[in-house]
Amino acid sequence: MQSDGNILEMRGISKAFHGVKALANVNLAVRAGEIHALVGENGAGKSTLMKVLSGVYACDDFEGEIHFEGTPRRFRGIADSEALGIIIIHQELALVPLLSIAENIFLGNEITRGGVIDWFAAYARTRELLAKVGLNESPTTLVDDLGIGKQQLVEIAKALSKKVKLLILDEPTASLNESDSDALLDLLLELKAQGVAAILISHKLGEIAKVADSITVLRDGSTVETLDCRSAPVSEDRIIRGMVGRDMAHRFPQRTPNIGQTVFEVRNWRVHHELHPEREQIKGVDLEVRRGEIVGIAGLMGAGRTEFAMSVFGRSYGQRISGMVLMHGQVVDVSSVRKAIDHGIAYVTEDRKGCGLVLEEEIGKNITLANLEAVASAGVIDAGREFKVASDYRAALNIRCASVHQQVVNLSGGNQQKVVLSKWLFTQPELLMLDEPTRGIDVGAKYEIYTIIDRLASEGKGVLFISSELPELLGMCDRIYVMNEGRFVAEFTAAEASQERIMRAIVNSGSSVHDH
Amino acid sequence: MTTEEVLTAPAANPPRSHAGFIKNNLREYGMLISLVAIMGLFQVLTDGTLLRPLNLTNLLLQNSYIVIMALGMLLVIVAGHIDLSVGSVCGFIGALAAVLMVEYGWHFVPTTLLCIVVGGAIGAAQGWFVAFARIPSFIVTLAGMLVFKGLTLALLAGQSVGPFPELFQKLSSGFIADPLGGDSLRSTSLVIGAVVAVLLVLFKLRARSQLVRHGMEAEPLVFFLLKNAVFAGIILYFSWLLASYKGLPNVLIVMAVLIVAYDFVTTRTTPGRRIYALGGNEKATRLSGIKTQRLAFLTFVNMGALAALAGLVFAARLNTATPKAGLGFELDVIAACFIGGASASGGVGKVMGAVIGAFIMGVMNNGMSILGVGIDYQQVIKGLVLLAAVFVDVYNKNK
Repeated sequence: MQSDGNILEMRGISKAFHGVKALANVNLAVRAGEIHALVGENGAGKSTLMKVLSGVYACDDFEGEIHFEGTPRRFRGIADSEALGIIIIHQELALVPLLSIAENIFLGNEITRGGVIDWFAAYARTRELLAKVGLNESPTTLVDDLGIGKQQLVEIAKALSKKVKLLILDEPTASLNESDSDALLDLLLELKAQGVAAILISHKLGEIAKVADSITVLRDGSTVETLDCRSAPVSEDRIIRGMVGRDMAHRFPQRTPNIGQTVFEVRNWRVHHELHPEREQIKGVDLEVRRGEIVGIAGLMGAGRTEFAMSVFGRSYGQRISGMVLMHGQVVDVSSVRKAIDHGIAYVTEDRKGCGLVLEEEIGKNITLANLEAVASAGVIDAGREFKVASDYRAALNIRCASVHQQVVNLSGGNQQKVVLSKWLFTQPELLMLDEPTRGIDVGAKYEIYTIIDRLASEGKGVLFISSELPELLGMCDRIYVMNEGRFVAEFTAAEASQERIMRAIVNSGSSVHDH
Repeated sequence: MTTEEVLTAPAANPPRSHAGFIKNNLREYGMLISLVAIMGLFQVLTDGTLLRPLNLTNLLLQNSYIVIMALGMLLVIVAGHIDLSVGSVCGFIGALAAVLMVEYGWHFVPTTLLCIVVGGAIGAAQGWFVAFARIPSFIVTLAGMLVFKGLTLALLAGQSVGPFPELFQKLSSGFIADPLGGDSLRSTSLVIGAVVAVLLVLFKLRARSQLVRHGMEAEPLVFFLLKNAVFAGIILYFSWLLASYKGLPNVLIVMAVLIVAYDFVTTRTTPGRRIYALGGNEKATRLSGIKTQRLAFLTFVNMGALAALAGLVFAARLNTATPKAGLGFELDVIAACFIGGASASGGVGKVMGAVIGAFIMGVMNNGMSILGVGIDYQQVIKGLVLLAAVFVDVYNKNK
């Protein structure tokens, strides 16, 4: 062991994607046998940093040095870091659902004798590992039959099978209930007692307070500070301040809101999970949006914001949906996407490429897709009218392209998003639901999108703005609802809202570990 | 077009060079050029037999049912599915028609209508499993292939049934009437050919002037004139060839009407556009308020009806329904679509491409038969051509 006691040191790590800085000169030091929490807003660079560490981004793709157990290391792939005992467990678990626990644990690493898998040895070893993580299941059980919490434990057992020295957990408790979360945190403490160091990425400050020995705060791709919790506990205020403090001038257009009558209301909206109908995901949401108003919905990933928007938009998500949707005070039927569009609702999806665009098609054909009748008579498309519509939106939204006949797959993210916006504007909506409209878009294009949103509001449309980036909600919205675990847990006007208050509303409402 | 080019592109349409236009439209012209090249090759190799009036007539008759089914298959493939059952359905409908007309003495008109309705119903049944029950089309239609192959055998009790009433045979082996008369030349056919050629040019001229009026990008005038002159010339030449034999076959008229109709539906109408969107990205299409399941279902109904029509044409041509009718047709039909540039993952493909693809297969079949190439090596060569065509496509796309 090193004299300074650090198992891992990352120094001066910088990484850019297509010229956009994701990490700038980040430093991280983890002491041997400690639990080190890594906190920061969505997009602060936590996951990117962990991908650098685990070798997902090869050593030539970033700047900086990684020292593990006192020696400089250069990883070309995950195999290199795993060989040294650095194991990462991603938020989306990497298990094969239709294989058994034992098969998953030894996948790619099978115990063989003469080239043939020795199942008896594998099952025996699996039983030992499951006992270590406190999971009472047979090694032959299919992973598919386990709950998400138990799957998490299988992932950890798999890590232990690889002689883990540094375990990285990316939001391990995000989808776990309270008792499963507690069990997981206890297991981390137990592993720590056996000398396994861990890096824990989490938004739940309560659980960080419970287990972390030190905390590193990331913001905008840089290290803000590292706090030591061993001598004196660090307050949540202290952590939140580190996470959010930043200059916010001139990133958003100047808004002069002109708010009118209520356009859109949702009353007591309830939605059950698409695959697990017994799980209620949206638990009685009430909301209203007025003419010319930009209303934000803040929340962490998994809070239920997308599920809420999609279920309102023609029941595109979930089942056993109940509640009322009103446009201009009249109850409307939004049971299909067509009906929702006809009532003046539009939804810009968070998954631009997967759900928003037909990538191989032309810009013009994408723009008219949701309102094809408007450029057709008796089912026959008028190519001239379609071209005119596409050209008008190209000019109005400043879509940069060689021609509207160009395939959207060749456009940059910002221009693709403008095509999606054009498509929905062409349906003449009165309410626009925008789900992460600036995700994966560079700063300049973001400003353009903000300007478009502002213009739509000033034209009298209602805008519902879902975002995981608090600064853009604060910069754009007239009112912000805070969502957590399927409920609105707070509502702020633009004047009241601040990052601290929103974060606190989320943290306090969560099923925090030490409440009971 | 690369991303950098796009980012730096000026807001206005940049002037296009002729070379650039050729590059962007190589795929469309390439197909046609390949067909012409293959025809030229066999014309030389067969010492001019390929384009003799008699052989040209046979070529059209032999491929008519493949072309008819390729129209339906193209829609199914563009929607992101596949239909393996069309050969069996084709045989089954031929058998049904034979039983109705020969054994029950039905008139050919109600028989034809009933057969097409039954074909549509078969398509509907398979389409329901694919679109609404969400069973992969490969499996549903593989099952359909077995079922209808079996039902054909059962219906015919293992025997060939025929011959058909003379009027029904005319569907495939008849030629259009020739009131204008003529001994060695069927002048009516030639006149029809000339009228079609003129209409085609007029129609294209009108479409082009509309493009220009709306300020859209139109192909350079030189290409436009050249292309249409070649098209008109080919139509005139072929109708002269056909006129010097027995005139235009009835089935050619059926085929031509269907090709024009399906080309129009796929390129100019809202249902056509939506099928392409569905195949390109089903989720995005559904979230645009389009009833994607119903659309996929309808492509199968359409496929069933066209397979039935092809079955009737094939039976009429042989003048008998045999238990082996339709065997392996699905492979030729699917190959025609892929040679014609359709994408196996959906969303891409053109009616004219599929038609040209069918004729590339047909000309190769016919030419190699004339040359005396055995059925064994014919299959090898056809297989390699299919692979090569798709390879070139994929290669060009990745470049």
